[in-house]
Amino acid sequence: MYEKDGEKYFVVDGHQHFWDASPANWVKGQEQYAKGWIECFHAYMGLGPPETHWPLEKFMKYSEDDYVNDVFEEGHIDRGILQSTYLKEWYADGFNTAERNARMVEKFPDKLIVNGRFDPREGEPGLKQLEEDAKRYNLKGVKVYTAEWYKGSRGWKLTDPEAQMFLDKCKELGIKNIHAHKGPTIWPLDKDAFDVKDIDIAATSNPELNFIVEHVGLPRIEDFCFMATQEPNVYAGLAVVIGGLMHARPRFFNKVMGELLFWVGEDKILFGSDYAIWEPKWQVEGFIAWQMPDTEEYSDYPHPTTVTKKKIMGLNAAKLYDIEVPAELQLQNGGSPAAKEDAQLVESA
Amino acid sequence: MTRERVIDALAEVYDPELDEPITKLGFVISCEVSSDGDVEVVLRLPTPQCAPNFAFLMAADARKVVRRLPDVSEVTIKLEDHYTGEEINAALGRGDGFTGAFPGETVDDDLAALRELFLRKALVGRESRLCETLLTGGATPEEVAARRLEDLPDVPDARRCLELRRRLGLPDGPGSPAFVLPSGEPVAAAELTRWLRTARLMRLSLEVNGGICRSLLRVHRGVEIDDPEEEVLLR
Repeated sequence: MYEKDGEKYFVVDGHQHFWDASPANWVKGQEQYAKGWIECFHAYMGLGPPETHWPLEKFMKYSEDDYVNDVFEEGHIDRGILQSTYLKEWYADGFNTAERNARMVEKFPDKLIVNGRFDPREGEPGLKQLEEDAKRYNLKGVKVYTAEWYKGSRGWKLTDPEAQMFLDKCKELGIKNIHAHKGPTIWPLDKDAFDVKDIDIAATSNPELNFIVEHVGLPRIEDFCFMATQEPNVYAGLAVVIGGLMHARPRFFNKVMGELLFWVGEDKILFGSDYAIWEPKWQVEGFIAWQMPDTEEYSDYPHPTTVTKKKIMGLNAAKLYDIEVPAELQLQNGGSPAAKEDAQLVESA
Repeated sequence: MTRERVIDALAEVYDPELDEPITKLGFVISCEVSSDGDVEVVLRLPTPQCAPNFAFLMAADARKVVRRLPDVSEVTIKLEDHYTGEEINAALGRGDGFTGAFPGETVDDDLAALRELFLRKALVGRESRLCETLLTGGATPEEVAARRLEDLPDVPDARRCLELRRRLGLPDGPGSPAFVLPSGEPVAAAELTRWLRTARLMRLSLEVNGGICRSLLRVHRGVEIDDPEEEVLLR
C-alpha cells in the first residue's frame, strides 16, 4: 500500500522477474547471446535515476534479500506477478522459469503470483508441460515471448495454428490472462516482428481470454493503440513506459501516457515495474506524483485523476487476477472526493 | 576517394524504423579509406538484439551508396556486435540479398514490403509535423487541406516528405496536394483533425523509438550524439 496526500493506493506489480543470468548459467557455445541479452537489460536500467543503478554483477543475479527489500520493503508492492521467460537456448536452467519463480511464491504465498509460459513450437510435450505447470502452480496467467529462439527457429506468431491449440488449452485449464511480449525476431524474418496484428486476431478469436500487451507494444505503440481501442479484451502493460521514459524522457512519457489514456483508456492499463530492470520504488512514487502538464502541447490529452492512478496502479490488475482488495483501498462510489475535484479542474480548464 | 565523401554518402542511408540518417544516430563507428580506394565501414546498432531485417537494410544500403561513388575499389561493410552480424556480413560480402543471409527463414529477398511499410509510416509522421505547424500558425483545417507541395516552407520535414513521396511513387509535382494518405489520396478538410490524431501517434512512435535508441547508445555504447529532445539522463 502506498499513501500520498491522504489517498491510499493498492499496488499490483503486473510484470516482474526473479532471474539468474550469471555466467554459471550460460549455455556453452552460446555465451555471447546470454551475455548480450543481460547486458542489454542492464543498459535499460541506465534509463532510470542514477541512484537506482546496480553494478552488472549484481544485476546478473540478485538475491532473495535484494528482491524482498526492493519489492516489498521499499517498493510499496502489495501483490507481485512474476513472469516466466525461459530462453533455454542461452541459459542452461532458464532465465527465470516458473519453477524458479515458484520458489519465491512459496515463501510469500499471500503476496506473489507466478505466471507460466508456453511455446507452440514445443508441440505435444509443450501442451503436457503447460497442463502440469497449471496444476502445480495454480496458473491464472502465462507470458508468451514470440521472439524466443528454438531449435533453429527465431520466433513465432500467435496466429500460428499450433498457437491456437495452446490458447484452447489455456481456456481448459482456467488460464485467462495472456501476457504477450513482442521481440525483435520472428518467422519469417522479413516481416516486422513487432507488429501486433497476430495479437489482434488472437484476441478477436478468443474473447474469453485477456491479452495484456507488455511494453504497450513498443516499439509499435501506434499499431498497439489502434488495435487496443477496438478490442475489449486487450490491455496495456506499462512496463518500460514508466521505467524507460518517465525519468529519461519526461516529455515523451507525458505524450505516451496521453495517447494510452486517449486510445486505450484508464480501465485497461496495468502497472508493471519490470523489476529487476528497474526498482519499483521510484516508479510507484513518481507515477502517483505525475501530472499531465497544463500547457498547450498536452492540452488535448486526457488528464489523469486520483481514480485513474488507483486503477492503473493496482485495481485493474486485481480484477484480472481475482485479487481481493481491502475495502479501504477500493474506489468509493467510483471515485474519491479528491478525484472529483481533479476531474472538475480538467473540465473547467 | 576521401573519408569525408564516404561519410557524406552514408548520410543518405536512413534507419527505416526511425526515419533518420544512420550518421546522425551514431551508428557509423568507423570508416577507413585506403590509398587504393578500398573502403571499410563498421556499423554498430544500439543493442545486439536490434531487429535483423532492419539491420540488414541499413548495412545493404550502406554498401550500395558507397559502391556508387567514383574511384572506389573494394567495399566492406561490417555490422559489429549484433546477434546476426555473422550471417549479415557474410551475405553482404557475397553480394547476396536477405534470403542469402537467412536461407529458409525468409521469403522476401530485398525486403521491399517491409521497406515500403516504413516509408509510409515515415511519410505520415513527417506530414503530421508540418500539419501541426500550420494549424498552430492559425490556418484552418480547410486551408491546410488546400495546401499544395509548392506552398510548403523549405524545411527538412518538407524536403523529406518530397523524397518519401518519390520513393513511394506518389505524386510529387509542385501542384500536388501537400497532405496525402499513404495511398496518395489527399486528406479531406473534414477528416483532417481525425487524421492528425492518428498521424501524430505514428510520429510519436518514431520519435520515442529514436529517443530510446539515443538513450541506450549513451548508456550502453558510450556514444554521444546530438539529441533533438531534452534528456535528463546522465550516468
